Amino acid sequence: MAQAKEQNGSSPILSVSNLDLHYGSAHALKGINLDMARHQVTAFIGPSGCGKSTLLRCFNRMNDLVESARIDGSIRFNGDEVNESSTDVISLRRKIGMVFQQSNPFPKSIYENIVYGLRIAGVNDKSTLDEVVESSLKSAAIWNEVKDRLNDSALGLSGGQAQRICIARAIAVNPEVILMDEPCSALDPISTLKIEELIEELKSKYTIVIVTHNMQQAARVSDVTAFFYLGELIEAGVTRKIFTNPEKKQTEDYITGRFG
Amino acid sequence: MKLFWKTGEPFVLATGAALAIILVMSLALVGVVMTNGLGYFWPRELVKLELKDGTSLLGQITQEEKNPISGLRRLQLKVGNRDVFGQDFRWVDEKEIASRALPGEAVLLERREHGNYFGFLKGITADGMGLTAASPYDALQQAMKLVSVKLDSGRKIKQQMSELNHNAERLRLKLLKLEYSGKEKNAAAIGELTSIREKDLAEFTRLNELSTAAQADIARITAQFSDVAGGSKDISLIEIVALQRPNSMSFFAKCAAYLERLRELLLDDPRESNTEGGLFPAIFGTVMMVLLMSVFSLPFGVVAAIYLREYAKEGLMTRMVRIAVNNLAGVPSIVYGVFGLGFFVYGIGGSIDSLFFPERLPTPTFGTGGILWSSLTLALLTVPVVIVATEESLASIPKGIREGSLALGATKFQTLTKNLLPMATPGIMTGLILSMARAAGEVAPLMIVGVVKLAPTLPFDTNFPFFHMDRKFMHLGFHIYDVGFQSPNVEAAKPMVFVTTMLLLAIVILASSAAIYLRNRMRSKYTTSTF
Repeated sequence: MAQAKEQNGSSPILSVSNLDLHYGSAHALKGINLDMARHQVTAFIGPSGCGKSTLLRCFNRMNDLVESARIDGSIRFNGDEVNESSTDVISLRRKIGMVFQQSNPFPKSIYENIVYGLRIAGVNDKSTLDEVVESSLKSAAIWNEVKDRLNDSALGLSGGQAQRICIARAIAVNPEVILMDEPCSALDPISTLKIEELIEELKSKYTIVIVTHNMQQAARVSDVTAFFYLGELIEAGVTRKIFTNPEKKQTEDYITGRFG
Repeated sequence: MKLFWKTGEPFVLATGAALAIILVMSLALVGVVMTNGLGYFWPRELVKLELKDGTSLLGQITQEEKNPISGLRRLQLKVGNRDVFGQDFRWVDEKEIASRALPGEAVLLERREHGNYFGFLKGITADGMGLTAASPYDALQQAMKLVSVKLDSGRKIKQQMSELNHNAERLRLKLLKLEYSGKEKNAAAIGELTSIREKDLAEFTRLNELSTAAQADIARITAQFSDVAGGSKDISLIEIVALQRPNSMSFFAKCAAYLERLRELLLDDPRESNTEGGLFPAIFGTVMMVLLMSVFSLPFGVVAAIYLREYAKEGLMTRMVRIAVNNLAGVPSIVYGVFGLGFFVYGIGGSIDSLFFPERLPTPTFGTGGILWSSLTLALLTVPVVIVATEESLASIPKGIREGSLALGATKFQTLTKNLLPMATPGIMTGLILSMARAAGEVAPLMIVGVVKLAPTLPFDTNFPFFHMDRKFMHLGFHIYDVGFQSPNVEAAKPMVFVTTMLLLAIVILASSAAIYLRNRMRSKYTTSTF
């Protein structure tokens, strides 16, 4: 509970304790303990293969898709256990949205992409859908760019636009948490800047957990940073402290670019 | 030299050459079929040959070749008049020919029976028809038009008769059913139905007499012809399908005759044990069978592939199933035919008969070959193709699409129906195209489970329930085999083989093109962007 003292007293929205994850015989996450506070941006940093994406995918049970994955320990979302077979995965995923490394718009119109989550939840009322499309595209700061071609295929968009469509798509179902798995790694600097500004804005409404390779990005957008190395959580704390005065030697080495 | 090999240049050339050979072979295939098939309908000139021994011949030159031993040229002449001369074709050595001529008045008759007649028109016997034309040839043409009008009205009577016959048969079966279930207690119903049936039959007999009388009436109209050997012949106008004087036809007249023959080919029934006339029943049978086959194999294959790829746990069992499916595509088709006969025809068909049509037994209804069993057999044959294609296209969908959909709270089933299946459609269509092409060309299994040389009725007509799944049908592929190898007059049937082949090719290409067009439209809609 490294950053428990920064929690301002309110209960954490996501709380990980003693989490172990095995892919077959590989031990990918080792005894992770971490709390994430409401309306904050938490960044996971660390070298490739350190388990940061794996941990992110535990929050919305995306690791269910990996047959060899075995999870022990507990993750609580608003106090409810995530890793139980009785957990309603569908509603969990609706509350914890996700944005992927590669933007993955569906081969449908922009409009249909945004309302996808609502449609599968059974919402088909035209005026509701229209409203949600406008509000979520505005929240994702892409409304002005696409408002005249909502019925065009989303596949025709540029990488940065497509990624913001994916964010808008995640927002449309009104989640509490948005997980972002290296959302800018395939984007050019200008698109990256736009996404970072967007994260800053979204923070007021949503809790954001972002995995990133880019330490400057973590420094720019996050309130709390967690550093992972070889499946272990080395250090977590307020971003400024991690980047200026880390407690652990490994963190300092990584941040100053000595490895990773 | 070593550098030359290192650049890979020779291998590029080799790949290009391989492709070129394949291209040339397929073009040659289409070319051979087209040249042999398309030329068949062009009205050829009738050549009159005077031989040195005093005999004369009239016919169309079909082949010329050099005798490999003597080096002399010889001609193959189609002399027609099978009923008079006994044979359609004759070989003539060129040195035997004294003179050649193209008599303008030589007539070519296409007859309903005995093949073509080549000869000269002498006169026409048509009492009371009021022919106004001056020359016998024009008179004959006029008379033929009148006869065809009469035959058309006769056809209406035939249609009525067929409906009456159908009704009577249905009533007969109903009566049988009632009798089996108790003669005494159904006596009233039996009496009623019997009287209706007898009325039908009486009407049928009346119409039949009418029709026979009309036929006899028309049959009295004849024309007199003489052949080149001097014999004369009376030919009834009913017998004559087409009349030409190819030696005095203009180019446009020939074109018109050509188109008329093409129309006949596509829309008419075959004659003369399939060596003459049209191919309509075979075209219809082929297309309907292929469509039915798609209706069975497509949903079945797609569903099976979805289970294999999306739901089945990856493991030894799944792998074995997959290998089995792939091997299924390689099983010889005749094996499927035998299976279809044993399982579909005798097994399922036999059970259907004893359950639903017991009154018709021992005459089988579904317990014999038919279009339903043929389609099912071929569906079985082509389902592996659909499965493999569907699996491949499901596997090629980027992981991001599945994850994106699931992360939004979609169930696996929703992901499948809303995203994966639409994206896999182009691949599924490819499978369908391949399976349709395969099914259209398959002959061997069909011979066992439902194709016949001559089907009296189409599997679709205006009698309820319109689609008659139990009926046997004709098929272009089988037609080729039958005409080419089983016909009594192989030499005369040869052009028909090529024409039928051409049509079969055309149908396969047409069906594939339609499917490819659809696929490309979908593909442009569902391609994923890469950046």
